[in-house]
Amino acid sequence: MEHEHEEAGAKKILHATINGVAVEAEENETILHCARRYGVYIPTLCELDDIDHTPGTCRVCLVEFEMPSGDGKTKLATSCNTPVVEGMTVQTRSPRARSAQRLQVELLLADHDQDCATCVRHGSCELQDVAQFVGLHENRFYKPSFVEKRPVDDSSPAMIRDMSKCIRCQRCIAICREGQGVDALVQVGIGQDKAVGLRFGLSQKESTCVTCGQCVLVCPTGALGERDETDKVLDWIYDPEIITVFQFAPAVRVAFGEEFGLPPGANVQGQIITALKRIGADIVLDTNFGADLVIMEESAELLKRLASGSRPTFTSCCPAWINFAEIHYPEILPYLSSTKSPMQSMGMICKTYLPEKMVLDPKKIRTIAIMPCTAKKDEAARLQLQFDGKAEIDVVLTTREFARMLRREGINIAKLEPSDFDNPYMGEFSGAGAIFGTTGGVMEAAVRTMYYVANGKEYDAIEFEQLRGFEGVRSATVDMGGSIGIVKVAMCHGLKPAREIAELVLAGKADFDFIEVMACPGGCVDGGGNLRSKKAYMPNALKRRATLYNVDRQQHVRQSHNNEQIKTLYRDFLEKPYSDKAHHLLHTMYTDRKQTLTRTVKEIWEDLTISDPLY
Amino acid sequence: MDVKSVRGFVGNKLSFSEVSASDGVKMAAEMAPEDVVSIITASGLKGRGGAGFPTGKKWEYAFGQEGHPKYIIGNADEGEPGTFKDRLILTDFPELVFAGMAIAGCAVGAEFGILYLRAEYGWLREHLEAAIAHCREKGLLGKAIGGGKDFSFDISIRMGSGAYICGEETALLESLEGRRGDARNRIPFPVQAGYLGKPTVVNNVETLAWVPCILVKGPSWFAGMGTRKAPGAWLFSVSGDCKRPGIYEYPFGTSLRQILADVGADNPKAVQVGGASGNCVPPSGFDRTMTPGDLATGGSIIVFGPGQDMFAVAENFQHFFADESCGQCIPCRVGNQRLLEAIARMRANGLDKDSERTVRQLAQTMSVASKCGLGQMSPRAFLSILNNFAGELPGHA
Repeated sequence: MEHEHEEAGAKKILHATINGVAVEAEENETILHCARRYGVYIPTLCELDDIDHTPGTCRVCLVEFEMPSGDGKTKLATSCNTPVVEGMTVQTRSPRARSAQRLQVELLLADHDQDCATCVRHGSCELQDVAQFVGLHENRFYKPSFVEKRPVDDSSPAMIRDMSKCIRCQRCIAICREGQGVDALVQVGIGQDKAVGLRFGLSQKESTCVTCGQCVLVCPTGALGERDETDKVLDWIYDPEIITVFQFAPAVRVAFGEEFGLPPGANVQGQIITALKRIGADIVLDTNFGADLVIMEESAELLKRLASGSRPTFTSCCPAWINFAEIHYPEILPYLSSTKSPMQSMGMICKTYLPEKMVLDPKKIRTIAIMPCTAKKDEAARLQLQFDGKAEIDVVLTTREFARMLRREGINIAKLEPSDFDNPYMGEFSGAGAIFGTTGGVMEAAVRTMYYVANGKEYDAIEFEQLRGFEGVRSATVDMGGSIGIVKVAMCHGLKPAREIAELVLAGKADFDFIEVMACPGGCVDGGGNLRSKKAYMPNALKRRATLYNVDRQQHVRQSHNNEQIKTLYRDFLEKPYSDKAHHLLHTMYTDRKQTLTRTVKEIWEDLTISDPLY
Repeated sequence: MDVKSVRGFVGNKLSFSEVSASDGVKMAAEMAPEDVVSIITASGLKGRGGAGFPTGKKWEYAFGQEGHPKYIIGNADEGEPGTFKDRLILTDFPELVFAGMAIAGCAVGAEFGILYLRAEYGWLREHLEAAIAHCREKGLLGKAIGGGKDFSFDISIRMGSGAYICGEETALLESLEGRRGDARNRIPFPVQAGYLGKPTVVNNVETLAWVPCILVKGPSWFAGMGTRKAPGAWLFSVSGDCKRPGIYEYPFGTSLRQILADVGADNPKAVQVGGASGNCVPPSGFDRTMTPGDLATGGSIIVFGPGQDMFAVAENFQHFFADESCGQCIPCRVGNQRLLEAIARMRANGLDKDSERTVRQLAQTMSVASKCGLGQMSPRAFLSILNNFAGELPGHA
């Protein structure tokens, strides 16, 4: 029996052997945890240490062990939740352990789509890895009808949930419930019908899911993923009539190199530009330009709201946050900035200003945005974001789809020479636009411009260190001086902290002027559309973040209002920030999409009858 | 509904009818908690839900836990096919059960108990609420029931929702907390972190009913009923092909043959001991005794007469498990379904050596690798039938 924390500092050390090697374990340390510290690999599938998730459902981590008093008798146990016991002898590679591990994988594959080559995870799948590790060479228990009746929910514009590939590890449920506090996913059915579904039996589209995509990042297989739209993009690329206008988000360039063997956090902006040009993109732009534009609009809007005494104002560039506010906290919608996101602002300008300048037929333009985000697909499909009945953004590709598309085109960015943005109208960006990709970045970018508006000069230090922590919720006070004075700001990343802030605001307990929200923990650099890691969650968050700050430092221009092309855009087209034209093109509105229960649990309960005997 | 009119046939006099519940609570309340625990430990009482864990030991662990508050759960989710003894205890001796919970509370330092009643016993709820009210009137439950000692204990009834798995204690706790009844990892154990994460004792209804009896009549009375290795007596639910099905009390060490004679089972072909998750015993095993270590029992005996098709029996049990598996862990979810299909196939086509090896491997991995008792126990009936009655399969030499 365990005794919690006997005394701090006096930790009891247990002695055991794993595969014949003497090991020391802390009290209550699991065999799996201890084995990992000693570099012994035990196959696992459901467990994910980074989010403290050990449901014990895959049973793959079985090991054979003998207790000191075991009289030579050995037992099998799952190493993920069995603690090391003093004098225990553990075998992870004995014939019995290997055979038991192999059988679990065989049973997992009995109820799994067999068509690996058609799966997006092919080659980067945790289940495949484990199947290889255990030496699986037959699949005696496979039954096609298991897989055939599994639902595939493709109702959402953003996410696809394919239950024929689900291994019931429940990582998605854990990240949605414990990590994000959204709690849209639940276990449904019993026995062979057991699956992951959405709360209240709704479809993905109608559900309380905000499509942040964090579940995709933890899924060990191809059960969760985005709607793949690479074919649509390839069709346009190879259609000579169509003008393809690509943009890619600030976070993409620092979270993409890994796919091609470059170190995590490497900035591959130049290689991405070359790659896009190589596959036939007509125009390559930077979403950072859109970020600069958003700062101009949002800070003008914010100053206006501050002057009218309306506070706080929430940022609106994160689409999963918008979904969250509309579905879970509609009462907060009046506090949301009306400014569109950088991606949508880019889309709009690409279909109005750019064709005017470049003398193009706007009808032939297709805007394609490469985003580290699944919710961006949702955003692009919003009815509020249609212009003359057409989408502002025609297709959003996640970073993963972009990687897939480059592979399909035979391009390895690690082997490409970098090149620069070359569009004379929308190719320039400031350092402020670059840091949009990480938590606190939007706030800092806005503050730089607001400081300038208030004082008529730049903030000396440029960087606002007080905005740069990594806690879920951070607050700061910035003395803008001049006509604005003290501004109280807050930043949060992850939807659990966002919920906290929303509750505080609605309760009248939050004393803030401006609140930045990014739905994904870490911000866009760890967004749900990023490359997947295996057996890890957010492993490169800080490296990517550091690179974004470096991009900012290396930029000649570091404030949005100093971006010359932005200045030209206002001079020639939009007049001034928050002008009527800008308002018409670059601002949007939100709708209450709260889910209301139409039947109470009590009513459902009363409908239930104990069924006729089955046996 | 008059509960007396639906109770089962009682084959012989039950020890329970000789004991006053309030005496037990009063005695416990006057003792030090450690002494209550040692009396239960000395009696050798083991859990009657099927796993047979020593009750005294469970209480001792719970007593030693620092968490607070602690909870006592009465597991009245009697769902094992062929088991209905707890129903009799709940209809006829509810006060013993509540007294047992109060005594457990006294022993481990808990002030609140929950009786988790299976959905199918919903009709008993009114009767049990009345019994609880009666206990409160008599001072067995409620505030300051310990005389001089400041001990309070009260009980509420919570309904199950019809899932067999919720009889497994960790699934029961999940269900009590308002979630799906899925088994938890068994480390930590419920006595460490159970209901709402607090130290929790989960005891079966029959276990709890024996507790006041042991206090009143003494541990040696209880131990004296069985054998030295297996002290005590047990209630059996007897059903199937026999003349006098019903509920019987037997001391441990009684042979199966004697029970079969008492219940009027003529020339049985096999006996399922321990419900669907138990073992199927062929006539060659009828001299075995009802003793943990020999024939472990969840308190249920199903008699199969000469005309029964044993693989139909196996398929029936297997169907039950395939339906009742919660589906979270892979050996139980896929294993039970595939085993069910395998039994149907072998009933139609017989069993060749290769298929037998595969099906045995499947059953074996289910029993060693499943997360909870449901999956671990589910292939037992099939395996014992395959071991003893393979000759009934078509084409078998």
